[in-house]
Amino acid sequence: MREITQALGAAGTMIFSFDPKLSEIVLLSLRVSLTAVAIASIIGLPLGAAIAVNRFMGRRALIVVLNALMGLPPVVVGLVVYLLLSRAGPLGDLGILFTPAAMVVAQTILILPIVAALSRQVIEDAWQEYREQLRSLGAGPLTSAITLLWDTRFPLVTIVLAGFGRAAAEVGAVIIVGGNIDGVTRVMTTAIALETSKGDLPLALGLGVILLSLVLALNAAAYWVKEAAQRRYG
Amino acid sequence: MDLRSRGLFGILLMTLALSAASPASWAQKFITVASTTSTEQSGLFKHILPIFQKKTGIEVRVVALGTGQSLDMGKRGDADVVFVHARSLEDKFIAEGYGVKRFPVVYNDFVLIGPKPDPAKIAGSKDILEALRKVKAAGAPFVSRGDKSGTHTAEIALWKQAGVNIASEKGPWYRDTGQGMGPALNTASSMNGYILADRGTWISFKNRGDLAILVEGDKRLFNQYGVILVNPEKHRHVKKELGQAFIDWVVSPEGQKAIADYKIGGEQLFFPNASDKGA
Amino acid sequence: MLPLVLDQVTFAVNGKTIIDRVSIEIGAGPRTIILGSNGAGKSVLMRLCHGLLEPTSGSIVWRGAGNGRQRQAMVFQRPVMLRRSALANVVYGLRLAGISPRERELRAGDVLEAVGLASVAGRPARTLSGGEQQKLAMARAWARGPEVLFLDEPTANLDPGATREVETIIGQIRASGTKIVMTTHNLGQAKRLGDEILFLSGGRLVERTPVDQFFTKPASAEADAFIRGELLWT
Repeated sequence: MREITQALGAAGTMIFSFDPKLSEIVLLSLRVSLTAVAIASIIGLPLGAAIAVNRFMGRRALIVVLNALMGLPPVVVGLVVYLLLSRAGPLGDLGILFTPAAMVVAQTILILPIVAALSRQVIEDAWQEYREQLRSLGAGPLTSAITLLWDTRFPLVTIVLAGFGRAAAEVGAVIIVGGNIDGVTRVMTTAIALETSKGDLPLALGLGVILLSLVLALNAAAYWVKEAAQRRYG
Repeated sequence: MDLRSRGLFGILLMTLALSAASPASWAQKFITVASTTSTEQSGLFKHILPIFQKKTGIEVRVVALGTGQSLDMGKRGDADVVFVHARSLEDKFIAEGYGVKRFPVVYNDFVLIGPKPDPAKIAGSKDILEALRKVKAAGAPFVSRGDKSGTHTAEIALWKQAGVNIASEKGPWYRDTGQGMGPALNTASSMNGYILADRGTWISFKNRGDLAILVEGDKRLFNQYGVILVNPEKHRHVKKELGQAFIDWVVSPEGQKAIADYKIGGEQLFFPNASDKGA
Repeated sequence: MLPLVLDQVTFAVNGKTIIDRVSIEIGAGPRTIILGSNGAGKSVLMRLCHGLLEPTSGSIVWRGAGNGRQRQAMVFQRPVMLRRSALANVVYGLRLAGISPRERELRAGDVLEAVGLASVAGRPARTLSGGEQQKLAMARAWARGPEVLFLDEPTANLDPGATREVETIIGQIRASGTKIVMTTHNLGQAKRLGDEILFLSGGRLVERTPVDQFFTKPASAEADAFIRGELLWT
């Protein structure tokens, strides 16, 4: 128990003194995960909408696969991306292994199925409700998809927040493709892993507190978005 | 779109732009050094690399893995320089053409850590081989790194020298964890077990519990580090000038002094010996 | 566009025949009411005419001049509104109809005025009452200037006050030159709003009679039983 109090004390000191090392790590974590969720959303949301409103052969199989991919183990993604981006691998010439770019790639792959599968579900549910009316008004599949994306924007924001949370909290992928290099690819989760392994538990716990706060804030935001939407738009 | 939605959208775009902006370090000159967890976690690199960067302007990015993975990184061309401590593996690396030349840099030593109650009764011994035999005889818990690292390789070699075929003779007392030095020490601390560790990591390790150094000083416990430039003929993109600059500095009198100057609690951890050509 | 000609139209799902060889010509002029008990196939027939469903066999052809698909609209039993303002919902329908941006806003404003929703034009459509939403649905349909307006039990979920208002609007739309085709199970409403009755029983078109004659002297036994309240399901 004393260890935990000590850690919280250490965390407080670090946070409120805006310790530069800490800020660097937190900012990098945010940059990497935000970029990843942005890319995953740009690809995943339209993908989810497209699958929701179209009918094609193999659609059900695709949905099952997409849902299954939500459970991709981060370390496996990390390993595969490492092999792809390694100089000895097919995309080695890009030279992005052990840089934040590689971490963004890995996290994007990790979150993309989540965004696509969940948005597909949300949009398909809405599609059931809207389909006849939209067709009656003359909307084709593309227009319908766009209209639905906008109309379900609040649940979609929640999904995007969930994706960001998953990215910010994972360590398996970024530690392998990033290498946890001090000052370059060290993010909150990998720093916690390192400090724990060094036995510097107060520091690790301190970082953990910050990460937890971030996750809590995200969930609060998601809840607030849903509430506000319900009240305003019905 | 109404005003509020437009505002939200704007914030989103700004966030995207900020997050996509790359750090200044992308443009800097840098090399990637694959090294071991012991050199990073002991704080040695944190001490000497800024000195090197100040002098040459070259940023050194250290990917700290085990010796096995570091050499593998060298083979794949994902690093410019490797800095490890497993002589036999390093020689093989060069023989197979992946490295240019090996330079001895520094040695530190291993110590046998154990619980203060010391069920195997080895405290103060100067004979590491005898101590290991006693640990086995007592069936006391012993934590091994099991990760093909330099430390692990050394541990296996010591068992062999002690006449123990650890692979076939190990029992439940031998805990093969497959972890780096820090996590393995954590494990030893929580189970009051014996463990072979490098002095550097031990000194900066904060979670000691009831553990202490029980056996040290035996010459067989000395741990030599070598630095090797990854062969640019195998991988064209290797930064051979910058990498060589790092190697040149680290074996130079200035670099060697920086290493010797690194102390924790007044104690020196790493003993530079680049001048000892036979090391 | 009119007349709409159905020739031996059959609609079957999973071996069950819902519409059985219906042949009819629906022309401009009289307000057409489709009557029948539950399960007679009224809604399905309407969706076949509107184009939301494809017949299993037989043909549905708009024999008249002009683009058949465009100039018809449908109002459903439950109005489906997008998560935007009332005005924006009408504008959306006009955008899909290819009306220019400037014209859209003007027309939308006018039609909302005409149905008595001008005061709530800026409110989120989904926060309006059931009656208001149905009036909005009618406004959205009317704004497109359809040649034919299909209505599927438009007042089934409304209270008497809202029902009256909707019926008034139907009258307004009719007066502006639109052909009305409506289903209802409310006999009083049929008498108030209809000129001719299409009576369905078991998926077949059993009779087609002017409204007064239908209620005093129906031609078929099924219609007779229906009016007397004895034919509840077919």
